[in-house]
Amino acid sequence: MNSIGTAQIGDGYVTLVVFLIAALLFALVPLGLARLWAWRFAPPKPGPVKNGLYECGLESHGDAWRPFKSSYYLYAIVFLVFDVEIVFLLPFAVAFGGLPLGAVLAMMLFLLLVVEGLVWAWSKGVLRWA
Amino acid sequence: MDPGLRSELQRHGIFVTTLEQLYNWGRSNSLWPLGFGLACCAIEMIAASMARYDLARFGAEVFRPSPRQADLMIVAGTVTKKMAPQVVRLYNQMAEPKYVIAMGACAISGGPFKQGYNVLKGIDRYIPVDVHIPGCPPRPEALIHALMTLQQRIAEESLTGPDRPRHLRPDQPGEYPVPEFGPHDLVPPKNPEIWHPPAIRRPA
Repeated sequence: MNSIGTAQIGDGYVTLVVFLIAALLFALVPLGLARLWAWRFAPPKPGPVKNGLYECGLESHGDAWRPFKSSYYLYAIVFLVFDVEIVFLLPFAVAFGGLPLGAVLAMMLFLLLVVEGLVWAWSKGVLRWA
Repeated sequence: MDPGLRSELQRHGIFVTTLEQLYNWGRSNSLWPLGFGLACCAIEMIAASMARYDLARFGAEVFRPSPRQADLMIVAGTVTKKMAPQVVRLYNQMAEPKYVIAMGACAISGGPFKQGYNVLKGIDRYIPVDVHIPGCPPRPEALIHALMTLQQRIAEESLTGPDRPRHLRPDQPGEYPVPEFGPHDLVPPKNPEIWHPPAIRRPA
């Protein structure tokens, strides 16, 4: 034990270390005991059906790693337009009275960019239902 | 330990137990059924789990949506031949130790549809059933009785020795063959290793 080190750290931190060890043991010992008990009294019986995918009892076919339809990007863009707009518009509106001219111009530029996306989506017919 | 000695000690205020008893006590009072119903018996099963009959009193109200977390399968209703492979596969996907209650006339024998072409004549042809409940449909009290019977059986299980339960025997399988749709019937029509039809003895 380094006597200089303990003098610098102080005795207050020893309690913390004891707490840390106690916390680790509190978590790990029951897990270890459960593992030990399971090893003896709950022998695993693996098999191809048991380890298979759970599909409500049906056999799963195909792969989950398949490409999704790329036209869903439209939803992402429209969501971005409305969601990001509202996130920035609300603080802008709250702080509007005390803003310098530069900040208002920057905000207008940002709004122009977002509205541009909205106009593009609108003209593409994305907003039309069915 | 000797039950006489235990009751003698209990009279003096000393309670003794074994690890096995403690383990079985915990296990039998936290049976988690798999949440699925096949036919009208499922309505009675749902009624049993609701406030009026309150399956929660027996620690069995936690119906699990996944077989990985369930240890009790309540086959509640008519098992059609179309559905039987799915039921067997779900049973196979449950973790050990697992138990089965066959609820109602259909699940134990085919019931009123026994003569039909499309109904399985008892789920015990494919998976080992622990408790059978007759009735069409059985009332919630009957399901509770079946659950208590199963709890009693679990409490009496011994973890070691020659009469230990199925899941502790290395020679017993953990999963049972899933039947497939054949040209006329399920293939195989039954699992002969677990299905033993009752022998009819007639007086000579």
